[in-house]
Amino acid sequence: MNAMLDAAWAVFVRELRLALRRPAEATQPLVFYCVLALLFPLGLAAQDVGLRAFAPAIVWVSALLAALLGIERLFRADVDDGTLEQWLLADVPFPMLVGAKLAAQWLLIAAPLIVAAPLIALALNLQPQAIGVLLLGLLFGTPVLVFSGGFAAALTVGAPRAGLLIPILVLPMMCPALIFGAGAVRAAQVGLSVEGPLYFLAAMMVLSLTLLPWAAAGALRNALE
Amino acid sequence: MWTWFHRLASPPSFYRFADRLAPWLLGLGLLLLAVGCYGGLFIAPADYQQGDAFRVIYVHVPAAALSLFVYVLMAVAGAIALVWRMKLAECAVVAAAPIGASFTALALVTGMLWGKPTWGAYWVWDARLTSELVLLFLYLGVIGLNQAYSDARTAARACAWLALVGVVNVPIVHYSVQWWNSLHQGSTILSLEAVRDPKISSSMLWPLLLTLSGSFAFFFAVWLRRLQNEVVARERGANWVRDCVLQAPLAAVSNEQSGMTGPELDPSMQSRQGRQRHGEPRGAD
Repeated sequence: MNAMLDAAWAVFVRELRLALRRPAEATQPLVFYCVLALLFPLGLAAQDVGLRAFAPAIVWVSALLAALLGIERLFRADVDDGTLEQWLLADVPFPMLVGAKLAAQWLLIAAPLIVAAPLIALALNLQPQAIGVLLLGLLFGTPVLVFSGGFAAALTVGAPRAGLLIPILVLPMMCPALIFGAGAVRAAQVGLSVEGPLYFLAAMMVLSLTLLPWAAAGALRNALE
Repeated sequence: MWTWFHRLASPPSFYRFADRLAPWLLGLGLLLLAVGCYGGLFIAPADYQQGDAFRVIYVHVPAAALSLFVYVLMAVAGAIALVWRMKLAECAVVAAAPIGASFTALALVTGMLWGKPTWGAYWVWDARLTSELVLLFLYLGVIGLNQAYSDARTAARACAWLALVGVVNVPIVHYSVQWWNSLHQGSTILSLEAVRDPKISSSMLWPLLLTLSGSFAFFFAVWLRRLQNEVVARERGANWVRDCVLQAPLAAVSNEQSGMTGPELDPSMQSRQGRQRHGEPRGAD
């Protein structure tokens, strides 16, 4: 059991270390997220009241697209240099290593988005009392985004012509997170109960964390054979 | 029973089995659909509230039921393909996806046409409609994923994984009208309560049951034909394809050319078979 955790930890740390060696690349999703979210007000008239109504959707759709950025390359380097084959040969269960890699990806891609979200929300005129709900929703929802993105990347890792396929595969899977995440913020905006959508998000997070590493590992194994 | 089942899983015997079954299923399906559509469009009375607009259910309900059924079928076949690595199950996943996508699109379009006169809008963003739309995208994802790989077996197993993960959406579609407030009405025929205390007049019900069963028969006929294509495409180098699929036309051609009595004696035929055994690639024929 300890050896398993050690191996997973080693994979986790390796991912972070690799990302920190190229800090400019690691911050790209965050920069993309901010630019994207701040493009929407530019398309509206100044002081448009609609901005506040659309703010939950804008924050969430931007997070969704930022999570998709670069997801295609997630496993490619590991396949090319043979890392994944070593993982397959290792004594440690393959899904666990894949899960550790995806968890590191969450920390690298999604955690900065959550930190930046309050600033974006204020720039979009979101009421301050809704920001707490927005952050809680993102905390539950972003693992769903990252893990389903990882699953789609695993499915297409052996396909040379994947291209636009990953968004097509993954966006339907991300729809529920968007619906409930933005729904919770809208409910908070008008003072309704936010528990229902947040529970849904938490349930989706648990399902993604427990089941998707297995599915992603199976898809990777299939692509490597 | 089990040996019959095992034999069926081998491509040649499946091909012959499907060849015999598919025409009957197609005939049965078209007959049921024709009678059901006639009954639904001409015999059944108009609804007291919706007028003639309700008649779209004779297309909409079977299409929607099949859109869910086909996805579940795909997921089950996908699980079989992944666990037992059965070639036929891999083909089943890939062959079902385009048919399921068409039924989903049909259900969405007929629903929109019905929604305009009845609800006053082609589209509303409620749970049932949204989840059915997501189902369509899942089907399109499976079709796209299948075409992204050059190796058919890897592609089919990737599709199987996607189908297994996506099947989460099916109960959401089915129960969406109960879980959330929806403009879409609940199920009228599929409950025990409905058998005891029918919610639909029998004059409207029987055509629906006919088009429903007809659509299922039609689906299975098309699915079997697509499966045959898929199997032949994958096994195109095998001898049984030569014998079973291409024998008749080849024999006719060689008889005309050489005047010999049987394909076994034809030298050109023999050399072709020999080449096949050595696994030489062949043009598209």
